Amino acid sequence: MQTYLLEFYVVGLGVIMLLWEAFASPKNKSKLALIGAGGLSIILAMLIFGRNCESWTAVPDWLSRFYTTGGNSLFFKSFALVSTILVLLMSYDFRSILNKYTSNDNTDSNTGEFYTLPIFACAGLMWMASATDLVSIFVSLELVTITFYVMVAYMRRNVGSLEAGVKYLILGALSTGFLVYGIAWLYGAVGTTDLSKIASMDLTNSYPLLFGLSLIIISLGFKVGAVPMQLWIPDVYQGAPTPITAFLSIASKAAGFGVALVILQPFLASDTVGGNVQLILIIMAAATLLYGNLSALAQTNFKRLLAYSSIAHAGFLLLALSVSDFQTIKFYLATYLIMTFAGFFILNLIRVQDNSDEIDGFDGLGKRNPRLALALTITMAAMAGVPLTAGFWGKLLVFKSIVGVLPWVVIVIAFVAAAAGFYYYFKVIRAIYWHKPANEKPLIIPCISKYAIIILTAAIIVVGVYPKAIECLIGG
Amino acid sequence: MLTLALILIPLLAVAAIFFFGAANARKIALGAAAANIAVAIAALTVGCSGFSLNVLSDPNINLALSVDSGISIVMLLLSVIVTLAAVLSGSCPEGREKLWFTSSLLISAGAIGAFISTDLFFFFAFHELALIPTFLMIGILGRGDRKEVAWKTTVYLAFGSIVLLAGLLMIVNQLGSFDMTQLKPVESHQNEIALLLIIGFGTLVSLFPFHSWAAPAYASAPAPVSMLHAGVLKKFGLYGLIVVGYEVVPDGMAHWLPLLLVLLLCNIIWVGLDLMLGNSSVMHMGYIFLAIAALVDNGSSFAMQAAVLLMFAHGISIAMSFCLADRIEAKTGTLEINQLGGLAKNAPSLAFLFGLVGMASIGLPGLANFAGEIMVFFSGFEGWEPADGLGPLQIATIIAIWGVVISAVYMLRAFRNIFQGETVSRTEKVTCLSRDEKIPAILLGLILLIVGIYPQAILQFLN
Repeated sequence: MQTYLLEFYVVGLGVIMLLWEAFASPKNKSKLALIGAGGLSIILAMLIFGRNCESWTAVPDWLSRFYTTGGNSLFFKSFALVSTILVLLMSYDFRSILNKYTSNDNTDSNTGEFYTLPIFACAGLMWMASATDLVSIFVSLELVTITFYVMVAYMRRNVGSLEAGVKYLILGALSTGFLVYGIAWLYGAVGTTDLSKIASMDLTNSYPLLFGLSLIIISLGFKVGAVPMQLWIPDVYQGAPTPITAFLSIASKAAGFGVALVILQPFLASDTVGGNVQLILIIMAAATLLYGNLSALAQTNFKRLLAYSSIAHAGFLLLALSVSDFQTIKFYLATYLIMTFAGFFILNLIRVQDNSDEIDGFDGLGKRNPRLALALTITMAAMAGVPLTAGFWGKLLVFKSIVGVLPWVVIVIAFVAAAAGFYYYFKVIRAIYWHKPANEKPLIIPCISKYAIIILTAAIIVVGVYPKAIECLIGG
Repeated sequence: MLTLALILIPLLAVAAIFFFGAANARKIALGAAAANIAVAIAALTVGCSGFSLNVLSDPNINLALSVDSGISIVMLLLSVIVTLAAVLSGSCPEGREKLWFTSSLLISAGAIGAFISTDLFFFFAFHELALIPTFLMIGILGRGDRKEVAWKTTVYLAFGSIVLLAGLLMIVNQLGSFDMTQLKPVESHQNEIALLLIIGFGTLVSLFPFHSWAAPAYASAPAPVSMLHAGVLKKFGLYGLIVVGYEVVPDGMAHWLPLLLVLLLCNIIWVGLDLMLGNSSVMHMGYIFLAIAALVDNGSSFAMQAAVLLMFAHGISIAMSFCLADRIEAKTGTLEINQLGGLAKNAPSLAFLFGLVGMASIGLPGLANFAGEIMVFFSGFEGWEPADGLGPLQIATIIAIWGVVISAVYMLRAFRNIFQGETVSRTEKVTCLSRDEKIPAILLGLILLIVGIYPQAILQFLN
């Protein structure tokens, strides 16, 4: 029993489900989501409890050139598994909308693949976490991206979803181009694609090397949603099926940062190239923070708000990346997973019941369902970074590692960005309590969403007061 | 463990009210407030060891609570007393019991937590805890232009908090620890940090020119919120300047002393001349800033005692004024002074209590504020020799004394217009305070009287 087998299990699970769906044609296809979530939970349990096994982290020779189980890989693997499980659960509660836009008669006849594709994406994300060679990084990244092309455009009778799919495809292809071209230049400059070899080299500050690195950073910027590759985010997030938006916003972004850690670590640590890489990252971070936060101020659609918010969070993460504070990145991502999933579960609920993504859709939620309103209030407070919620810790740790290290302009931008966050997240809280409900129809909360929201909201508070819980999970 | 109980009691009560007891909300809140007073007194009399729980190992952050320092004890007493009065005050609209009482208790828990934390993180975080309930209470149940006011207040307080956070992080980066028991002067950047702290804490305490949120917020907020916020939570900024600012950046504070003096005089004279009841709280902050300036200037423990005593006295008296102002509004439907008159005829005990707190805030000897204010003015001249000539601090003190005259003028004018003369249409059919309505005001009034006659009751903690 070894870690590297887990990816095989995940792919196996996906293939079996796909074949079963195609040949056995089960009556209720949305049940596939639950089966998938169950299967992935078993694999997650293997990942968690397997560490006591002997030769747990061993990698066979034929694979060791491309694959590692050290570093942060286990964290990002469990991150991918947890988020895929949550996405599958969310998809189950999303089924009515999905059926509506995939078939003429509102049946689930065309939705089978939708519940299996996230599993393949998960395998890609897990592999990305372990990849140590630019080639294996590229391949795993493409596995994820291509799966996402399909998932984003899945609601084929919905114009928004198709538009999102096209936009994602075109920009994704462009970013793939950047990545390959960057890898080629880098290979030309250092003569290897093996990152562990690059780490032990004396790097020279040459133009080909920096050019290649810049291209790679730009294409990673596409994955994590950082300026200058952020333009696709609002439209794609808005158009894609809500669970897929959550998947993109959380798992895909986290994997992007996982890869960025692996690729940039040797360069940031180098005396010669480090300064330049840091400068690029700082400029990107500052621009991302300003773009994400300032654009979010004017949003009236909750999904777009979350899109800009995800850009803003990427800005903070880039700041931590620029000072090589990898522990903080992991911490930030873990809290980000909790609060963003809580937000998306609630949005999903409103979307299914009221068919609305607008912030107006939350009007009077305080009256319609006080407990859900409380959960959303806590989630929004956490995203804004109110202390004693999970969201504050990530920001605090980022601030702590940049204050006194980075130029003060950047620090001021970061603080202004955090302050702007209060404005637009509180706008949602305002809608919940201050406005009159548009309809008095009580909200019915399906069982899965209910427990997911309860657990995630409780986690926001628990982590907010006792962040050691996360610290233990991500390892010291 | 008693220290932890001080925070847990209100928080558990909040959970109990939210999930089970809309019907018993008032009783639960009252029970929690009373229990907290009992725990606070028990903690002070039998003594209690601090509480510490490591919540994060890198950086090392602990949920550390302790009531060892005198200033924490005084602030704790202020918090629990005002909480009890706030829970008893105001009239909760039908069907809003959950929001009303949970918000009050959350603000209280936040304030208590901030005052007894000995870790910079939780010191900051507990204060922020009160931000959301304040926002919601003003926005949903406030008077007048409530949504605008709630926004403005929140934007100001969030701005102050963010600036403050930047200052605190600069401190932490230099000292390498969040532990407030190990604060010592930092080596570099004292001036920058001090400026951040003065702006950050200052905004929270409505220091000029960041004061304009306070008057509308208190005018709009429901009684318990304005009582708790003006009475207790606002003291957080002053507390922070004394226990963090003065300890960590004494030279930086001294560097900005002239600026601080000018700003606090603006608070006292300029804002005071605005002649609004809501501004009285802003104005009195000026005196406490004066005591802090004296502390920075001559480093005497006398100035510190003066500041803390006045913080306590002001907290009690402002809570009592807001409690009574709320009653006036509830009975007559307005707080416009011009539309009132002759209220004393039908509501003599309201008039008496309002007169009492009015006199206290003017600084009548025998009431707590007098003891505080006189000490503040003396502390301005602490260690001063006539041969030295008047320094900036002494000049500021002399000008600040004129603030007393201003506050006497507007307080007496307000009292005359509201309570004396002929009754007008709004005050004709008014009934006097019921027993339940009197209790919180009498509680606070008694404390003003006791501390006024025997200030040692508070000062003993500070020696």
